[in-house]
Amino acid sequence: MEQKKLNPELVKLVEEWKGKEGNLIMILHEIQNHHGYVPRELSLELSKMLEVPLARIYEVITFYNFFKLSPPGKHLIKLCMGTACYLRGAGIILDEIKNILGVKEGESTKDNLFHLDVVRCLGCCGLAPVLMIDEKVYSKVKKAEVADILSKYIKEE
Amino acid sequence: MEKINIKINGREYKVSSELTILEACQEIGIDIPTLCYLKDLKSEAACSICLVEVKGAKALMRSCVTPVNKGMEVYTNTERVRIARRVNLELLLDGHPKDCLVCDRSDTCELRKISFDLGIREARFPKVSKVELPLDTTSVSIVRDPNKCILCGRCVSVCSSVQSVKAIDFTGRGKNSKITTFFDEGLSNSVCVNCGQCVMVCPTGAITEQNETEGVWKALSCPDKFVITEVAPAVRAAIGEEFGLTAGTLVTSKLVEALRKVGFAKVFDTQFSADLTIMEEGYELISRIKNKGVLPMITSCSPGWIKFAEHFFPGILAHISTCKSPQQMFGAVAKTYYAKKYNIDPRKIVVVSIMPCTAKKFEAKRPEMKSAFNYWKNELKLENKDEFPDVDYVLTTREAARMIREAGINFASLKGEDFDEPLGISTGAAVIFGATGGVMEAALRTAYEVLTGKELEKLDFVSLRGLQGIKTAEIDIEGLKLKVAIASSLSNARKLLEEVESCKSPYAFIEIMTCPGGCLGGGGQPFSLNEETKQKRMEAIYQEDKNKALRKSHQNPAVKALYKDFLKEPLGEKSHYLLHTHYAKRKETPYGTEKA
Repeated sequence: MEQKKLNPELVKLVEEWKGKEGNLIMILHEIQNHHGYVPRELSLELSKMLEVPLARIYEVITFYNFFKLSPPGKHLIKLCMGTACYLRGAGIILDEIKNILGVKEGESTKDNLFHLDVVRCLGCCGLAPVLMIDEKVYSKVKKAEVADILSKYIKEE
Repeated sequence: MEKINIKINGREYKVSSELTILEACQEIGIDIPTLCYLKDLKSEAACSICLVEVKGAKALMRSCVTPVNKGMEVYTNTERVRIARRVNLELLLDGHPKDCLVCDRSDTCELRKISFDLGIREARFPKVSKVELPLDTTSVSIVRDPNKCILCGRCVSVCSSVQSVKAIDFTGRGKNSKITTFFDEGLSNSVCVNCGQCVMVCPTGAITEQNETEGVWKALSCPDKFVITEVAPAVRAAIGEEFGLTAGTLVTSKLVEALRKVGFAKVFDTQFSADLTIMEEGYELISRIKNKGVLPMITSCSPGWIKFAEHFFPGILAHISTCKSPQQMFGAVAKTYYAKKYNIDPRKIVVVSIMPCTAKKFEAKRPEMKSAFNYWKNELKLENKDEFPDVDYVLTTREAARMIREAGINFASLKGEDFDEPLGISTGAAVIFGATGGVMEAALRTAYEVLTGKELEKLDFVSLRGLQGIKTAEIDIEGLKLKVAIASSLSNARKLLEEVESCKSPYAFIEIMTCPGGCLGGGGQPFSLNEETKQKRMEAIYQEDKNKALRKSHQNPAVKALYKDFLKEPLGEKSHYLLHTHYAKRKETPYGTEKA
């Protein structure tokens, strides 16, 4: 595996923000923007540069849903658990996806093809339960359809 | 300090204006239950058990974070308070395992006690999370069971504020919150120094020591083994508490008898090797002063501090005395000198040390602590697979007490016996290793006489005693002014070390103990959050010193014999080989415990 290191741009950013309040979250944001997640090795580097304990960095990364600890999968599944979707069985759909892919919410599949996120309201409650894969919206999803939907992306590979 | 009037439960009291309601109540003698508050540490106000009613306030207040105010009216025992405390406690209990019968903390658990005291008699709420979290068993010293954790935050607080180690922190949020290390990689892969202060403050069985009693029982019942034990100074001033005796009761001779009845072939004293440490360390100090060696020299007895230095202050390792700790010196001497003298095969000797400490477990397993094996390698034609450590098992004071109980010994009623010879002979200088400042005092008693050739008349260096975190003094050795400093707890140590690191340290000799108060407050001691307990243990230690006929390490006849018959001289070749060690920078973590 390639050894991840902070690129010069990020190093500059860290130097600039060193010692300033609230710097950790901001820098983590930039790292994730760049890599798609916060690689463990970069946390190690950051800890040294900012003199912030590793456990503290881990606390911040895990507190916010936004930060990811592993590379996100190729296709992002956003399953809505807003009120309408929830009432119309989004929980069942979520269980089915978890079953088929063998992941929990917030995780990526072993082959890194999918990343599963649970979101609150995609803004189209009339279509509940709704899920999005990348930019495509699937509406009024039934449990039996889930395998079909996913298999399209699997076949593509 | 301004005094103000407040009313508690309808009665007038005068209290200091700087207190919280909880502290004011404690002073007055009103118990407020709490699971997260710790004296002198910033409260996380996490447990919500310490609620009280304050007149004029809409909501109930957490007494641990609410300061007292002039004219305040507080109620600690109203219907509303009782119901709220109970409900909050029941919510904490919902996710907590109910296996108290088989829990390490069954009789010392604060959560169990408070549940009992508050009259909780059923588990009303179903468990929210069904996920069993894995235990962190990576450390050889400490086990963490996140399932028993109530997220009070005491361990995080102690680790960061008292020890400045910061190995653990809260992670996740909501019902997924837990306290863990970086990337859940476990304590052994973190900067944890194994001090066990987190074990000490944990109100439940979520953090405990690695239990080694099973291994010791096995060894004891093996006819082929010669199982001996060594007991650290601070243990004798505290283990009585495990058997219902008041803090500060000296139980040295009872402890010896109890251990003999548990089945140890010989009951020896780590104080013997503490005297030996003083010989080596005292001479090392003298040699560094005379030969313009690296100063200040820093003591090396406390293994938590050693790992701390290897992680956080790798640049100053040359300042640390190369002497092994008394525990390790004992193991090395027992399996060489003693084995030879009494013609016992060193491979059959099992050394069990009883320590007030969890970090000692780690120390005994350091790969370099195999001097006896290396010593015998050629003579006995040993191969690497025959390798044995100098110290085989390390029990905390609590584990030793458990074994004594399991053996059915009525500790309090024992008459008492003496340690075995020769490795059980010690002086008063060795006893005081158990209190912060003790190693310094013991070293100075010997250094003074060696340097001046005169007898030291006043043996008590009073300025070096007491539970303060940092103590400094200037000792006059016949015109040679020696500036010394003593720190207990690693956050205090850090202050002295930063001076050393930047070459601004004015001291010649520094003593560092990992735990607040020194070994008497060690992470392996009987559970107590009480400062007074430490004070009492300290008094007991200095009393034992006073009671000893010999109070200077170089007077120890058994140590003298050891030098005469075996080691020859302090800092000699054999000493170097068996009694001294080396340190190395650790990788920045968390790459495991191997050295860089």
